[in-house]
Amino acid sequence: MANKYWESLRVMLGAAPRKSQPVEYSEEAKTIHFYKKAEKLDFAALRIEAHAHQKKGVWLRRRWITLLATNLLFTVSFWLDIQILEGALTASRMLGFHLIDLNSALQVMLAHKHIIVNLFIGTGTVFVLWLLLGGRTFCSWVCPYHFLAENAERLHVYLVEKKKITDHAFHRGVRTVFWILFALMALITGYTVFETISPTGIVSRALIYGPGLALGWVVLLLLFEVFYSRRAWCRYVCPIGLTYGIVGVFSPLHVTYKLANCHHEGECRKVCEVPHVLDCVIKGRAPSAQLDIGADCTRCGMCIDVCPSGALSFEIKGLRKIM
Amino acid sequence: MSTEKTPPINPLINKRKLEERRRVLRSIILGVAVLGISSVGYIPVARAWNVRMRPPGALEEADFLSSCIKCGQCVQVCPVQAIKLDDIDQGFGIGVPYIDSRSQACDFSCDAVQCILACPTGSLVYDKPGFMPTRSEMKVANPPILLAKEKSPEPTLNLKERTGLAVLARPEKCLARQGKGVKGAARGQAFEGTMRFMEVDRWKPIPLRDHPYDLELCDLCVRTCPIKGAISMETVVENGVSIKTPVVHEPCVGCGVCEMVCPPEPAAIVVEARKGWSA
Repeated sequence: MANKYWESLRVMLGAAPRKSQPVEYSEEAKTIHFYKKAEKLDFAALRIEAHAHQKKGVWLRRRWITLLATNLLFTVSFWLDIQILEGALTASRMLGFHLIDLNSALQVMLAHKHIIVNLFIGTGTVFVLWLLLGGRTFCSWVCPYHFLAENAERLHVYLVEKKKITDHAFHRGVRTVFWILFALMALITGYTVFETISPTGIVSRALIYGPGLALGWVVLLLLFEVFYSRRAWCRYVCPIGLTYGIVGVFSPLHVTYKLANCHHEGECRKVCEVPHVLDCVIKGRAPSAQLDIGADCTRCGMCIDVCPSGALSFEIKGLRKIM
Repeated sequence: MSTEKTPPINPLINKRKLEERRRVLRSIILGVAVLGISSVGYIPVARAWNVRMRPPGALEEADFLSSCIKCGQCVQVCPVQAIKLDDIDQGFGIGVPYIDSRSQACDFSCDAVQCILACPTGSLVYDKPGFMPTRSEMKVANPPILLAKEKSPEPTLNLKERTGLAVLARPEKCLARQGKGVKGAARGQAFEGTMRFMEVDRWKPIPLRDHPYDLELCDLCVRTCPIKGAISMETVVENGVSIKTPVVHEPCVGCGVCEMVCPPEPAAIVVEARKGWSA
């Protein structure tokens, strides 16, 4: 089992997903793969079905409502002075309880080298919260830059389809390098260097305290993502995502994959921000009948929305046993 | 022309390898670019383009910048909205709070230095940790007495260091020194700064323009100063002529109210950020 966590972390840090050896396949999975070989599927029909399914966007709607409501709660708390959620995404107080973003806390701790009680409490609370909720769930359900970026992504995908532009991928390992370098820069220089360019902090503050010049940087990032590289910031740069991802390695909440239901038409991999976590859906890859999707998954639910056969679903580990 | 014999290559593998190599190269360029851009943020800090006055209880500048998490909770609790957050043109100082006294000074109308209470990371603190050096000239000799609370059993402000010091930077502009008075709003009708006036409402600061004056001789800096004994109007003899002039004393904490109310443009009295007291 430890192997599973290690593989999940390894892939998140930038390694290519490992193909399972024949001995690692369970008897059940072998049987399913055997019968699938014989099966003849009408892929064209499946795609049409998948596209019709996609339009429902149940999880997309739930997610966007959550994301917008969370960010607007910050704004109205300040503007209407209702004091429910004070501060910004980097650090806040919900009804008096400290909440501190894990990556911002890490940067401050490394730069300042002195941790006061409130900082510790707020970081601990948020750590437990996202450990339970799935780590990178923060990215797709809360981060306001994610919202802008996924809409820019739609434009990017449209332009690629129309052959106006081509997508340029980077090596995923570069995000790990960034994480280490930003940590080292904070430690050595004593400044929270990453916060200067963090679009998450910039957009969050702009929503609460009003727009500023910093939004220009965010626009440049979005243009880069639209015209050059799909979802570049979230995929290849953002250390916030990796920090939450590490927390999410041991989270009970994740997307689960049921091999028997899958038709392998691959629509889920097309909508995924981190398609490497869905390598197991490629025909013949899944070593067991049911699999947990890795920690780099942002639990956005796009794959669940798009899957026509119910092969992917949210699962909270242990909950089924209790219920 | 000799026909060169090249070994047969698998075009598919070759293409994949080429793309792989390009991807690594692109990634290196991305790395250098992002780190380069973020490092540019050091320039405004190192050059000290704008020497900002930080909110009360702030650590010394280097410690302040390293510890601030840029959340703006201090901004949210300030009853007169004196605290603002810096923009990306301040580099590493982005999202970090400062006070521009001329447009809105801290008048301590919260009575308890709420911004210090709100700070989650200890960038603003009542008591500085022993190992974090504070310049001795920044410390105030005695706990500052808030004139608004002078008659209450606990009239002092929980503040041990000043944020700066008031200085009569442009004496030639000072109305008192010219023997001039003030009639109407101190800063005109367009000025939007607010202040608490105890005789109006203890808990609700009002715009300065709604509180007109009619003074024979301007003494606004002395009259509005929230701290006891921080400033007084003295008679001095200059060039054989006896004139009135404001004099700043040791209890000054650098709140900036004098700079905000000073009628001439630019102000005669200003707060020098992070300046300490020297006798």
